[in-house]
Amino acid sequence: MWTYDKRLEYPVNIKCPNPKLAKVIISQYGGPDGELAASLRYLSQRFGMPDQKSKAILNDIGTEELAHLEMVGSIVHQLTKGASIEEIEKAGLAPYYTDHGVDVYPASAAGVPFTAAYIACKGDPIANLQEDLAAEQKARATYEKLIDLCRDDPDVIDPLRFLREREVVHFQRFGEALRGVQDKLAEKKFYMNNNCPMNQMNNDKDCGCGN
Amino acid sequence: MHNNCMESTREEMLMKIREYNFSIIELALYLDTHPDDKKAICMHKEYCKTVKELEDKYQKVYGPLTIKYPCNKWRWLEEPWPWEKEAN
Repeated sequence: MWTYDKRLEYPVNIKCPNPKLAKVIISQYGGPDGELAASLRYLSQRFGMPDQKSKAILNDIGTEELAHLEMVGSIVHQLTKGASIEEIEKAGLAPYYTDHGVDVYPASAAGVPFTAAYIACKGDPIANLQEDLAAEQKARATYEKLIDLCRDDPDVIDPLRFLREREVVHFQRFGEALRGVQDKLAEKKFYMNNNCPMNQMNNDKDCGCGN
Repeated sequence: MHNNCMESTREEMLMKIREYNFSIIELALYLDTHPDDKKAICMHKEYCKTVKELEDKYQKVYGPLTIKYPCNKWRWLEEPWPWEKEAN
């Protein structure tokens, strides 16, 4: 289970509201490579991991992504708080403002609401970990584009650089977990069908527990 | 190994920890909307103290409940994980 720490993982302190930046940064909140998708992806995939290290790393990175979700939400909140209606209109946020005001709503930069279609749980640890490696690279690339777009505001760049760096670390850890899983699967003969719960259910003499 | 811990099983200790943590969650929700209730604050204080003692005891024997528990060996990896029925 989880408990809440009443602090951000890394501070967010933005002095000047800038709804234009909020409009693009929201993508890391509820977009395809955003923190919500990342957290749900890892926390859902962890149930199917075959070894200790991959269970732990998905659990712990999935948890850290929730802290990142909070940071991105804080950035969006501070960039829109106190902005005038003219600034919001000029930033192209009139449609967002119509439906959400200046609440932080999980959607992509293009305005598409968050969907679980952004994540995959394939029932295959290798496929899942490969997806996770790609997801971290896509998130890193997104942060780099956002850092380009925020070049005039160091207060925004600072937490974005921290978040980008974390993607790199997560990629490294997922790579190590993947190698561990590959080694584990290579240890013994591995038939994909043995892993299928349907097969175990159909064989009522053998529950699969080995007794 | 800690003597007191041998008196109750892992499951028994875990259930106690669950109960106290749940009480703290429930009290916190209540206090969010009734922050001036002295009796609730008193109970919250008592439960926080008890749960800390229980968690310290549990973790010494059965390994960490959070990543904030210091250790010489990284027991965080040990199975079962909470979603596996052996843990419950």
